[in-house]
Amino acid sequence: MGIVALLIASGLVALLVKNAYYISIFNFIAIHSLIAIGLCLLMGYAGQISLGHAAFYGLGAYTTAILTTKLGWSPWLALPAAILLTCVIAYMIGRPTLHLRGHYLAMATLGFGMIVYIVMKEWLSLTGGNSGLSSIPALSIAGIALDTDRRFFCLASLAVAGTLLFSANIADSRAGRALRAVHGSEVAAATSGVDIAGYKLKVFVLSAGFAAAAGFLYSHYVKFISPQPFDFKFSIELVVMVVLGGAGSVWGGLIGAGLVTVLGEALRNFGNYDIIAFGAILMLVIIFLPNGLTGWMQHFRYLRRSRRLAVTPSIEELK
Amino acid sequence: MSQFSQVFQFIISGLISGSIYAIVALGFTIIYNATGIINFAQGEFVMLGAMMMVTLTAVSLPVPIAFIVAVLATALIGCLVERLAIRPVRGGSPVALVTITVGASIVLRGAALLVWGTDYQPLAPFTDRPPFFIGGAVLLPQGLWIFAITMLLVILLKAFYHYSLPGKAMRATAANRQAAQLVGINVDRMVLGSFALSAGLGAVAGIIIAPINGAAYDMGMMLGLKGFSAAILGGLGSSAGGILGGLSLGVVESLGAGYISSAYKDAIAFVVLLLILFIKPAGLLGRQKNEGL
Repeated sequence: MGIVALLIASGLVALLVKNAYYISIFNFIAIHSLIAIGLCLLMGYAGQISLGHAAFYGLGAYTTAILTTKLGWSPWLALPAAILLTCVIAYMIGRPTLHLRGHYLAMATLGFGMIVYIVMKEWLSLTGGNSGLSSIPALSIAGIALDTDRRFFCLASLAVAGTLLFSANIADSRAGRALRAVHGSEVAAATSGVDIAGYKLKVFVLSAGFAAAAGFLYSHYVKFISPQPFDFKFSIELVVMVVLGGAGSVWGGLIGAGLVTVLGEALRNFGNYDIIAFGAILMLVIIFLPNGLTGWMQHFRYLRRSRRLAVTPSIEELK
Repeated sequence: MSQFSQVFQFIISGLISGSIYAIVALGFTIIYNATGIINFAQGEFVMLGAMMMVTLTAVSLPVPIAFIVAVLATALIGCLVERLAIRPVRGGSPVALVTITVGASIVLRGAALLVWGTDYQPLAPFTDRPPFFIGGAVLLPQGLWIFAITMLLVILLKAFYHYSLPGKAMRATAANRQAAQLVGINVDRMVLGSFALSAGLGAVAGIIIAPINGAAYDMGMMLGLKGFSAAILGGLGSSAGGILGGLSLGVVESLGAGYISSAYKDAIAFVVLLLILFIKPAGLLGRQKNEGL
C-alpha cells in the first residue's frame, strides 16, 4: 500500500511540479534513497555498519561512465556490468571480514572507501582525476531519451518503488527473519541453524549492488562525474540518512534520504558549514530517537493501540 | 644522494610520521580498552591540540606553557565528548556507539572551521636551529623533539598504568568492569579519565607535528584514520601493538611513497589496513578478543 501511495505521489510530482530545479532535487532524493534502502537492510537487519558505501556508489558511477564513454557500450549493457563488478568487490571485502565477530566490516569498508577515492583522484588516464569524466550519454528507453529532469524522474521513482518492494519482501522473507534473529542474539540464531555469516554477506553484497545501481543513475543523470560526490563525507551522510530515517524499516532509507538531501540543498550556500548540522543531527537523533523517525512513529502507533486496549470495558458494555 | 642515504632518509621521515600515528593509535587503544568503543573522534583531538597551540603561541605565550594549556584544554574537550555524546548512549547498540563518535568528530571539525577558518596555519619549530645531517640524510630538529616526546609519553603512560592508583584502577576497569565496580572503583570516572587521557595524548601528537605539517581544521581526519589503521595493524587493545603498528605503518608509507608512487601515499595506510584485516585481523600483537565495537 505504501508503495502505491509512493507511486501516486511521484506521479503528482512529475505532473504538478513545474520548476526543474525542484524536480532535480527529487531525482537526487531518489538516487540517494536507493543506496540508503540497501544500507538500511545492512544496518537494521544485519546489524553491520558500512563506512564506505560512497565507494560502491562511485564504483557503479565510474564503471558505467568508463564503459559508455571510452568503449562506447550501451548504458543498458553497462548497468549489469557495473552492478556485477561492484558486487564482486563487495563480496571480496565482506567474505573475510564478516565471519569474524565484531565490527571489522566497518573498518574494512572505511579503508576501502579511502582507497577508491584516492584511485579516482589519481588514476588520470582512466578516471580523469579531479576533472572527472564528461559527456556521459543520457539514458533512453524505447527511443525516448530521458534527458529532461521530469522524464528522468519517472525512471528514478520507478526504480525506488521497485527497490522498496524488493527490500520489503526480503525483510519479510525467511532471510529477513533469520537476520532479525541474528540481530537479536547471534548465539541463539546460530544454534537455530542460521548461517549468520552467509546472510550478512548476502545483505552486504546486495546493499553494494543497490549503491552501484544508484551510481549508474547518477552518472547518466548528471552526465559528468568527478571524485568529490563519492568521498568519505558522503559515506557518513548515507549513515546519517539511515540513522535519521530509522534502520528498522526499509522506509527509513527513503525518509532519511529525503530529509538529508533537502537539508544538504538548503545548507548548500553555507559552504563547508553544513557538516556541523549533519554532525549535530546525527548525535541528537542517536541520543533522543535511537530507532530513527520510523521507529519513533511505530512507537507512537504502539502507544496509541496499547492505550486503547488499556481502557477496560464496563460491565454494562460487556452485557 | 647515494642509495643508502636515500633509504635512510625515507626511514627517518617514516619514523617521524610513524611516531605520530603511534600516539594516535595509543589514544584509540586507551578508549577501546576502557569502553570497547572505537572513537572516530580521535583525529579531531589531534587537530584541536595543534590549532590551540597555534592560537596560544600567536598571543606570544611561551611554548612550554602554551603546550600544557593546549593539552589540558583538549583533555577537557575529551571529557565533554564523553559526558555529552558517549554517556547518554552507553550500553546502546554498537552501530549507535560508532555513529555517535562519528557525529562528535564532525561537530568538533565544524566547530574548528567556525573558529579558525579553512587556512593552513604554520607553527614555529620548538627550537630554531639548522637541520642535522646523519649518513647523508636530513633530520629536522623538530623530528628529534617528536622522537623524544613520543618516547617520554610511552614511558609515562607505562608508569601511569602500572605504578599509580588511578592507572591501576583504569586497567582493572578494562579487564573486568563489574569486578572493578565491586572492589569500589568508580567506573564512570575511569571512563571519563580515559577520554581525558586519550584526548590529551591526541593533542600532544597534533602539537608536535604541526611545525612540520602545519595545522588546519581538517587535518584530524587523515591522521585519525591512519592512527586507527596503526592500532588495527598492531592489534587493537594492545599498547605495544599500537606503537609497533604506528612506527611500521609510518616507515611502510614513507618507503611506498618514495619507491612506488607518491600520488598514492595516502592509500598505502588503507591498503595495509585491508591486508591486515584479511590476513591477521587480530593484528601483529593482538589477542582475538574484539567483540562489539
